[in-house]
Amino acid sequence: MVDKETKTTLNKTTGLPRKRFYRARAHSNPLSDSHFPIPLFPSQFDYSQHYPHFFPASSENASNKKIQFADIGCGFGGLLVSLSTLFPDTLMIGMEIRDKVTEYVKERILGLRATNPGQYQNVSVVRTNSMKYIPNYFEKGQLTKMFFLFPDPHFKEKNHRRRVISPHLLDEYAYALAVGGIIYTMTDVEELGEWMKGCLEDHPMFETLTEEELKADPVVKLLSSATEEGQKVARNGGQTFRAVYRRITPSQ
Amino acid sequence: MAEAADTPMEEGGESTKELEVAPALIAVNPSQQSVVVAVGSDLRVYDLREGCAASLVDESDKSFHKDSIRAIRYGVNGKLLVSAGDDKLVKIWSTDSWHCIGTVSCEKRVSAAAISNDGHYVCFADKFGVVWVVNLEEKDGTFSLVNEKAAPMLSHYCSIITSLEFSPSGCYIVSADRDYKIRVTVMPKRPLNGAHEIHCFCLGHSEFVSCLDFISSPDFQEGYLVSGSGDSTVRLWDIMSGSLLDTCEVGAKAGLIDSIEREEEQFCAVTDLCVVPNSTLIAVAIQSFKGIVLLSCNVSAKSVSFTKVVSITGETFSPTCLGMSSSEDLLWMVMGISKLPGLDCSSLVRVRAMSGFKRISEGEPIMLEDNEMPGGQKLLEKLQGSVSIEESVYVAASEALKKAMSKLLIKKHYSVENRETRKRTRNDKKFKQ
Repeated sequence: MVDKETKTTLNKTTGLPRKRFYRARAHSNPLSDSHFPIPLFPSQFDYSQHYPHFFPASSENASNKKIQFADIGCGFGGLLVSLSTLFPDTLMIGMEIRDKVTEYVKERILGLRATNPGQYQNVSVVRTNSMKYIPNYFEKGQLTKMFFLFPDPHFKEKNHRRRVISPHLLDEYAYALAVGGIIYTMTDVEELGEWMKGCLEDHPMFETLTEEELKADPVVKLLSSATEEGQKVARNGGQTFRAVYRRITPSQ
Repeated sequence: MAEAADTPMEEGGESTKELEVAPALIAVNPSQQSVVVAVGSDLRVYDLREGCAASLVDESDKSFHKDSIRAIRYGVNGKLLVSAGDDKLVKIWSTDSWHCIGTVSCEKRVSAAAISNDGHYVCFADKFGVVWVVNLEEKDGTFSLVNEKAAPMLSHYCSIITSLEFSPSGCYIVSADRDYKIRVTVMPKRPLNGAHEIHCFCLGHSEFVSCLDFISSPDFQEGYLVSGSGDSTVRLWDIMSGSLLDTCEVGAKAGLIDSIEREEEQFCAVTDLCVVPNSTLIAVAIQSFKGIVLLSCNVSAKSVSFTKVVSITGETFSPTCLGMSSSEDLLWMVMGISKLPGLDCSSLVRVRAMSGFKRISEGEPIMLEDNEMPGGQKLLEKLQGSVSIEESVYVAASEALKKAMSKLLIKKHYSVENRETRKRTRNDKKFKQ
């Protein structure tokens, strides 16, 4: 019975979940106390559950790989899916606060793994409030890339502290990123674009990438082309605003 | 969210405004020249050097505290005292003259405060989890505020900060919050520009962290961090790596769980702890427990172990806040509350002291009788407000304290349907038109 019900939410030909069964409110309050489980500290995060291919439950000599890419607010997971094949040996995770959307991404990854044996084993998703719990998932300097793509703009000044890029939260992102690690941000809202660029510019632990470096980075092109939001903006002929910065050692 | 706890919609729908009470606090001057007790908006100082009550003088046009004080702290050399609380004012006092040398206004209620080891910076944390800093200037031995406007230094994202502490070397500032997080941040050369470099997080507590202190030995100056929590454990941390060195289940080890009435399967939250200076002992106060639990730390073995329980008999005294000077062998304890619902007396404060930690191997620490306390009756008159207290008041106070503490620190859990009701009746929706 239950099996049948869950099956109908999947597309018959591709085996992928159908979006219309995973509609959710566009906004979620990042300030509210959470009611979902989170690991108490990074080593409590169950890698074998998320990446069974790399961490088989039975095997003694499990891999000592760690997650290196984090897509904060991954939405429906478009970027993760593209990155997965581009960096097949890098573990990456999407973090999303809306539970229905997280469910969709989970199903999408499982579907992709089933139809493409051996592929998409390096991506997973978790429902969490990354504004509060980044240090519960990642150790100091563990990440090499962080993505903040098309975040909630929170226009009102009263709500600016709900923005996912803010001067104080950048301290935590700088903690999770290794020196040399890169933070990618993009939005279609000009005001927010300037805000994110301004926050990163003013932070002593980040420096901007040069034009040549941006051109050479294959990931930069994916920011707008691989994400669902980016595709939507392109369809409507909108503009996007990008800020890509590198984590550096602060000068004393 | 921090402020969500303050909305008047209770499970039963009744207003909780009048139940807002604050536990009493105590702070002891590092060289035991004075003792300060805060209860409600009242700040009571007894000068032990002069042997008399000290009266606070504020010559600025700013008022005294108007609402519950939530934090009082001396600086390391005892020259300064900072007090702050629900009235969003941070007041800095000179302990020589008891003059207020500066008042800083905060946008939110203040939950914790600390003075940097060099005495140049006062840090305080607000209810949104932001730690602010103001700069002090020293000229000919007198301190003054450089700027009355505080600068934001660091932030715990929307979690109430329960404790702020500088490491013994002054190189790090440690902040603990209601989300069981302890953050160790590098104290920058120019703190007014923000403290951006997170050295590590100390993660492992499963409930709110209520108190922090450092334990060090002569050959290990930087010392280890000790934290107490609502999960009824005391933990020892190495802040250089953020690693958990040892955990002591104080509740279980002391056999407390059986002696305390277990009504709502309440765990024994650690309410305060205090490292006995120049020793390896840690005094721990536990919610509703009539006494002190002593732990001892083995710095070289990196462990904490249970030593003994010192019960307080004769009266219903369960300390809520502890204080100790670095010079005297005396642990000061306070139990008290700012408001007592349904009783004639408006507040209760009881101050007691325990001595004999230096010779712990030879016997139990001893509770001092009222007349044996430094300052004697005069001190108690000032700090407690009255010398004798009826037993019924104690009982009422300990009940009220329990409620106040859990309201302060324990997150509310709502059923799913209750959450929906709260969402529908949110008051911030009014602004959306």
